[in-house]
Amino acid sequence: MILSKLKTALTGGVAMSMLAVGAPAAAFCGFYVAKADTDMFNDSSRVVMTRDGDRTVITMASDYEGDPTEFAMVIPVPTIVTKDQVHVSDVTLLDHLDAYTAPRLVEYHDGNPCVSDEYMKRDRLDMAPPVVAMGSSIESEAAYLGVTIEESFTVGEYDILILSARESSGLQTWLTSNGYKIPPAANRILDSYIKQDMKFFVAKINLEEQAKSGGEMLRPIAVAFESPKFMLPIRLGTVNSKGSQDMFVYALTRNGRVETTNYRTTKIPTDVNLPVFVEDDFDSVYPAMFTKAIDREGGSGVVMEYAWDMNWCDPCAADPLSVAQLRELGAFWVGDDGDMQRGGVKGQARDVFVTRLHVRYDAQSFPEDLKFQTTGNKENFQGRYVMQKPYDGSMDCKAADRYKKTVNRRQETEISTLANLTGWSKTEIRGKIDASGKGKKFDIDSGSGERWWDDIWGNKK
Amino acid sequence: MVDLIEYERGAQVAVSPRGLSRFRSMPVSKIISALFRDPRHFQITALSTLVLLGAFYYAFGLPLWHVLSCVGSTVATQFVGDKITGRRFDARSPLISALSITLLLRTGSIWLSLAAGIIAIGSKYVVRWRGKHIFNPANVALVILALAFDSAWVSPGQWGAAPWLAIALFGVGGAVTKKASRWDVSLAFLASYAALVLARALWLGDPLSIPVHQLQSGALLVFAFFMISDPKTTPNARLARVIYAALVAIVGFTIQFALFKSAGVIFALVLTAPLVPFFDNLFPASRYYWPNQIRKPVSQSPVAQPEGVSHDTVQT
Repeated sequence: MILSKLKTALTGGVAMSMLAVGAPAAAFCGFYVAKADTDMFNDSSRVVMTRDGDRTVITMASDYEGDPTEFAMVIPVPTIVTKDQVHVSDVTLLDHLDAYTAPRLVEYHDGNPCVSDEYMKRDRLDMAPPVVAMGSSIESEAAYLGVTIEESFTVGEYDILILSARESSGLQTWLTSNGYKIPPAANRILDSYIKQDMKFFVAKINLEEQAKSGGEMLRPIAVAFESPKFMLPIRLGTVNSKGSQDMFVYALTRNGRVETTNYRTTKIPTDVNLPVFVEDDFDSVYPAMFTKAIDREGGSGVVMEYAWDMNWCDPCAADPLSVAQLRELGAFWVGDDGDMQRGGVKGQARDVFVTRLHVRYDAQSFPEDLKFQTTGNKENFQGRYVMQKPYDGSMDCKAADRYKKTVNRRQETEISTLANLTGWSKTEIRGKIDASGKGKKFDIDSGSGERWWDDIWGNKK
Repeated sequence: MVDLIEYERGAQVAVSPRGLSRFRSMPVSKIISALFRDPRHFQITALSTLVLLGAFYYAFGLPLWHVLSCVGSTVATQFVGDKITGRRFDARSPLISALSITLLLRTGSIWLSLAAGIIAIGSKYVVRWRGKHIFNPANVALVILALAFDSAWVSPGQWGAAPWLAIALFGVGGAVTKKASRWDVSLAFLASYAALVLARALWLGDPLSIPVHQLQSGALLVFAFFMISDPKTTPNARLARVIYAALVAIVGFTIQFALFKSAGVIFALVLTAPLVPFFDNLFPASRYYWPNQIRKPVSQSPVAQPEGVSHDTVQT
């Protein structure tokens, strides 16, 4: 049973985790079916923040796919950074981290109700839902405008400048004359950052270098610095935005969960049973569920989608990141000495706790930059959605009638849950079920079925 | 002057028979009015409502063991402390401290929950000056644990910044602090903090939405109405209280915006609390008593400990 499901999942192109293969306990959290990765959300940005004490490494991935000559980014940073502090990273790392932390869909299969042992066992599973707690002329111009080019270097395909400025109009003039398109409304925000003693990390594409690297996609940039400010500047990004934007923040710490201190961090609804058609429709179900969760907070918010000890996962949407990958993302404290056996898997212990925050923001509801803190909360949390698949073999016994009724009732509950979580109407959901052909109710002949009184006086047929 | 009126009322209640027995001969209306006379009853009601709101509406991680261990350890510590010092036990003050700790302290360890209660109430008996305890019990426990242990922290973002909550906190908090005659501290603190964040926004050229967002913070308002307003640890004279509140706001704002530490005001209160005796010296005024406490003679001469005093001793 377990093997056959495993095979299905594997042939489905899904990487099962080491744990799910090795340890039967993994079945307790369900068999991983699908994940809600960031591709489901258009115009989203991804940031990995690795922090311990004041030491911070921020890795930023851009989903920019336009003309590289048009690409430019201006990011306020708390301190001056030098060439050694900047690194070009690998986008597959972020994809891996994204997959590992993504909200997941899992499945359970009902056994044949006519096999009593199996039925009893499954019945218990039903009753106890599977919830688991589980820089020349440029420089002189700059000086004239009150802009200082603190650092100027090329890393990978990026030409990077670190600027400090005395006042925003000089900075804006300088940026504009050097080909950075800065919306006029950004002036006040730049001014605010200058007064807060922030520096500006300014990057453009070096076309020669890009050609050399042969890459088409822009690789993520990682910046290491030390600062008491644990924050992400989002205000410049809201200036010209038409609506709300999605950002995924993956925080890696030693201590535990990361939360926002100036906005409320909420949890995505989790551990609920959903209709089985969701299997084919998870990429519309999850975004609807997220939007609904955000609506409850007034249309914007910070939502925790995952918080877990990097040593394991259950079920795994992707393997935990390796020590080398974590170090690449800035987890400097993760040692590369001493192999350890953990969870039955050969590998090093990773003293890393990951928190995935999904932020939907706009200028109105997020007037202030995001401020964070690391807490000592190491409680694991995952967005996990369960499909309990009814038995679809032939059933020819008395227990089958009762089983079918139970399943029909269960499916009603699942529809209500989905309606509640997505804001879709039940009619709409039933339409989707019919269209998919999955999770249809059992036909029960009411005349011949067992009645409640049949049981009490023993007048069973 | 408001204080004095409270005193007279307090003295009347204090001479009546002690304990629950005095309620037996009273009509219901009098019992209700007696219940409403003590500001602690308002505080307990308001804080319990916030605990329920936090647990069920905001879904804070508020496990039952945390609530129980906070309540148990504070009340037990008060009981032991009163036994040792020979005072009459009163569960109301430790209950208020317990509810504040429940709301603010986040931890996954039952030992730290228990320790919080013991530190909070223990500090009342140990850190005293002229018969008045120095630190707000819940406040000092929070700060000690958050600084000493990675597994204890304060979540300033947990309340969010919803306008309806800000309005509700203003209403309820205003009523509670009015009752304890400490609305002046809350308002002076909020006004000073507002002035600082507004001034910062003006200097930075930030839109008004930023300071408004900062002032709507539920955590800030809970602090203003339920922590800094403790009548027992604020200066006795009104002018002193207003200056003191402004000082807490300045220190808190500095920690928050210059040192970039969240929960700045909570740390600020602990840092400034030792100055309260100086304020009391500079601005002499009579001390606050709960309605069931007998007013202490103003003289500093040795006086026999009056019965019924919950946690004020007379300095000899």
